[in-house]
Amino acid sequence: MSTLSDPPKLGFRPSMLINDTRYRSLTFQVIAAIVLALAIWYLGNNLLQNLKAAGLNISYGFFSTPAGYDINQRLVEYTSQSSHARAALVGVLNTLLVAFLACITATVLGVIAGVLRLSNNWLVSKLMMVYVEIFRNIPVLIWIIIIFTIMTASLPAPNDFRGEDPQASMLFSSFAFTNRGIYTPLPFFTSGIFASAALNWLLVIAGLGLSWLVTRRIGHWATARQEATGLRPKTGLWVLAAWLLPLVLLMLVMGLSWELPELKGFNFQGGIKIGGPLIALWFALSIYTGAFIAENVRAGIQAISKGQTEAAAALGLRQGRIMNLVILPQALRVIIPPLISQYLNITKNSSLAIAVGYADITATLGGITLNQTGRAIECVLLLMLFYLTASLLISAGMNIYNASIKLKER
Amino acid sequence: MNNSVFFGALTVAGLAAGAAAAGTLDDVKARDKLNCGTNTGLVGFAAPNANGEWEGFDIAVCRAVAAAVLGDSTKVEFVPTTGKTRFTALASGEIDVLVRNTTWTFSRDVDLKFDFVGVNYYDGQGFMVPKELGVSSAKELDGATVCIQTGTTTELNLADFFRANNISYEPVPIETEAEAQQQYLSGACDVYTTDASGLAATRATFDDPSAHVLLPEIISKEPLGPLVRHGDSEWGDVVRWTLNALIAAEELGVTSANLTEMTAGTNNPEINRLLGTEDNLGEMIGLSADWAVKALSVGGNYGEIFAKNIGENTPIGLARGLNAQWTDGGLLYTPPFR
Amino acid sequence: MSDQTTNSIAFVAKSTIPASPPPARETGVIRWLRVNLFATPGISILTLVALWAIYTVLSGVLPWILNGVWTTDSLSECREVLQGKVGACFSVLTERWNQLLYGFKYPSDQYWRPNLALLLFFPAAAPVLFFDLPRKLLIFTALYPFVAFWLIWGGPVSAPLLALAGFVAGGAVFQRFGKANFALGFFGGIAAAVVIWWLGALLLPASGGDNTLLRQVPSRDLGGFMLNMMLGITCVSLSLPLGIALALGRKSDMPLIKGICIVFIEFVRGVPLITLLFVASVMLSYFFPPESTVDLFLRVVIMMTMFSAAYIAEVIRGGLAALPKGQYEAADSLGLDYPQAMRLIILPQALKISIPGIVNVAVGLFKDTTLVSVISMFDLVGMIRGPILASADWKGVYWELLGFAAFLFFIVCYGISQYSQWLERRLATDHR
Repeated sequence: MSTLSDPPKLGFRPSMLINDTRYRSLTFQVIAAIVLALAIWYLGNNLLQNLKAAGLNISYGFFSTPAGYDINQRLVEYTSQSSHARAALVGVLNTLLVAFLACITATVLGVIAGVLRLSNNWLVSKLMMVYVEIFRNIPVLIWIIIIFTIMTASLPAPNDFRGEDPQASMLFSSFAFTNRGIYTPLPFFTSGIFASAALNWLLVIAGLGLSWLVTRRIGHWATARQEATGLRPKTGLWVLAAWLLPLVLLMLVMGLSWELPELKGFNFQGGIKIGGPLIALWFALSIYTGAFIAENVRAGIQAISKGQTEAAAALGLRQGRIMNLVILPQALRVIIPPLISQYLNITKNSSLAIAVGYADITATLGGITLNQTGRAIECVLLLMLFYLTASLLISAGMNIYNASIKLKER
Repeated sequence: MNNSVFFGALTVAGLAAGAAAAGTLDDVKARDKLNCGTNTGLVGFAAPNANGEWEGFDIAVCRAVAAAVLGDSTKVEFVPTTGKTRFTALASGEIDVLVRNTTWTFSRDVDLKFDFVGVNYYDGQGFMVPKELGVSSAKELDGATVCIQTGTTTELNLADFFRANNISYEPVPIETEAEAQQQYLSGACDVYTTDASGLAATRATFDDPSAHVLLPEIISKEPLGPLVRHGDSEWGDVVRWTLNALIAAEELGVTSANLTEMTAGTNNPEINRLLGTEDNLGEMIGLSADWAVKALSVGGNYGEIFAKNIGENTPIGLARGLNAQWTDGGLLYTPPFR
Repeated sequence: MSDQTTNSIAFVAKSTIPASPPPARETGVIRWLRVNLFATPGISILTLVALWAIYTVLSGVLPWILNGVWTTDSLSECREVLQGKVGACFSVLTERWNQLLYGFKYPSDQYWRPNLALLLFFPAAAPVLFFDLPRKLLIFTALYPFVAFWLIWGGPVSAPLLALAGFVAGGAVFQRFGKANFALGFFGGIAAAVVIWWLGALLLPASGGDNTLLRQVPSRDLGGFMLNMMLGITCVSLSLPLGIALALGRKSDMPLIKGICIVFIEFVRGVPLITLLFVASVMLSYFFPPESTVDLFLRVVIMMTMFSAAYIAEVIRGGLAALPKGQYEAADSLGLDYPQAMRLIILPQALKISIPGIVNVAVGLFKDTTLVSVISMFDLVGMIRGPILASADWKGVYWELLGFAAFLFFIVCYGISQYSQWLERRLATDHR
């Protein structure tokens, strides 16, 4: 007596490679691996053939040879006799500098614009809308060029500060706004405790750190008192003293003095110079990205349910405190992830520095070094490697921060 | 949506690509078009005019080569290249010849594996300053801000010059000519530096050219000339001797005005050899016998091309200077056509 | 008591008093101003600051625009007309209008071709953008790329026809076998298309020739705003399918495929577009077979497509993640296999959620097409920074030109973002 139809055939049939879920994914992956390997082999082979035909080779030897060109803005020691690697390092630091500065100002600008966008003031909120729409809908390259042009065309040239009746004059005789950049006074110590200026500044920073610790102690003490007695003692003066006293003391002891910029020869000499290309790029990136951040902030605030505002109002909080204590901390969780990608965008968009002659990594390694050595493949690969590393590091760091402020659910 | 313009383009590109394994000369003939790498826009040398036609001194060389090889000066595709893209474009075969203010240097010739076939313009890097600064020598430029139009070896020469004279400066490298000029005119730079020919061309377009002076120092040698890929000597010869034909024609007094008359035959054997009525130089180089006649009929000889595009009667107003014939005290000296 | 009360009242209204108008400070303009602009001292200060800002900007810009000169041939002529007054030289726009829009090389008697292509783009895009339109219109959308390609590049009509034939053959094979076995249909379709193209490419050179209906225009001759539009539209539409594939690959449970997709997406998103364009302009040609050259336009399209595909993949991944798990389980419980589940259940929903994000990527990419000016392509910005500002006639007219470029981009991008917001409102089904 036969019971059921044939028992399921064991054993392996080729069609199982496609139809059996156990093998199918393996099949596809093997196919993908083969296709990938073929593609890499094909491209690599083409590359080798082309390089051989052109008589070229891939070599990073040019890196240690003198770069031969000068860079106007450098955060580390660099002369035209330094190596191409050093020039690339200068570029890296410049990229990071402008990206860092732009991230801060874009955030400030974006938060202000985003909050004002929701303001009860009709005019201001419309104005912010116009700002956001105009900046979001026009390419950043055009903005960078426009702002650089505005800067060079509207600010006075150093030459205008010259003569008996100059067309331009310095602000408080210590700040000069020129189309080559902004010159500000440089603080220095006449009778420093240490010989090197850096150590003296380190001392000042240490002093500030001390002040910070003291203010924290004061804060803890005040909280303890409040919890014990119900009244929070007034600590404002103490905090002020804690911040100012060590600072003033250090300044007096070391003899703080200011080096003022002065028009000598062709340029202002002395003081701190913030170069024109840096300012233009910094400003353009901040104001452009600020518009995007404003939208993120607005979306974040609107994502907080109205009940929160009403609850806070019911507790008797004022308008400003509702924003600071209730809405923004919650909105922050919504805002941070898009903010991370805006920071990444700033870093990546800073590569447009070549349009204004700012010596970032794209302009040194990917610009003049590439032009002069003709080593296109090597330079472009390194350039991409740098941006990739920077992007991954920034997003890793911000993700850690994001995780730390995330709502801790138990 | 239209997710397949790509494949159409790919098909066409695949078709247009064709085989290119043989020599460049055969490629150009098979393609019936010369791909010539030029500047993206430098008035007088290579720039599109208001009608979109490329014109200029370098362009004329391209057209002459096209006429010599293909018999038609319009069979040229001009590929604008930047300082970055020019060498790859040439090395990868995207262009057949690069005629774009490119300085002939040791490392480009040897390390980058290109062949410079000659020099069509002897240039040198100079400085321009506003007259009101009262500067009369580049050595007085200590502490000045210098606008550089990047591209040739400008940055390197500048660094060398200031280092050799032990004076400081602040470089502002700018990519496009228009932006560099804007910086200079608004006073964001004290000095504008690029090749002397470019400076003259730039100054000519200012509202008040007399308010700017060119400093006497020429700080570098910039022999600018066409270049081709290394290792394809036949093609290199074609470009080299087309350029030489333009120069020799001026020396021999062959102009576009008397070209037809001279083609009929003269009693100067060198002219006859050049114009293909005696011997057969064209065949040796793989072209038709009248290749030089075709090249010359485009824009005349070297002197005519110079006068038409950058000479003293043009807004650019360059004197011949080093670019005069050797007989007039210049450096142009072609090997004989023999 | 009651009598007294009645008598002591001198007047009793027999009818309701007509409603009197609200106090002046509570009506019309004044109330609006008070509530919206001067509610508190702080807000009033903000208002005044805003008014001052508006005044400063307008007083600078308005005379400049209103005094604009539109009819001169060069900057010096324009300055003569203005005689030192504040005013814009908009005549650069009228004189160089064609160059700004089409670049300087596109044959001027052929301008109708890109114009027509743009005009046809609207009906082609409409069924994709607006769901209410009849689905039949999608046929035109599918045909559009080939028509547009032929219109803009010209040349023998056989090339786009061949490409179309390949797709039709591939689609037919997929229809025939795809129902039963997705993998078979899919790979069979690709094979069919490739065979058709290969056969066609063998036959085509014989039939090609110069006497074509539309003159062939090399892609190097494209320029101006047209180039921006073409790059934007082409790259976005090409990157959509690629982006979907990458997003699905990243969500896949096959480790190798997942790994490839993650590496690709993170790599492309980690580098700026400009370095990818450098790759296109200085490196990519080394990766093609030695005997062929691929023109710059195509290389740029390849790199930009990769770029936007990575971003679109991330948007779609967000859409996939936002779908409730129940949708996946429901599809499984119906016995659908992976391609069916994706095609019928998951993707239609996930894509719908992702549309606003995709539109944002599209706007971003469109704006980024201006970067091609850095690698010597003459798009709108490239035309301005290169040939126009370098020409002796128009040296120094930055504001008019940059303003015009900004205006054009603003119009297009603002239009698209308005569409995106409309769509968001339409797709919003939750109640807030």
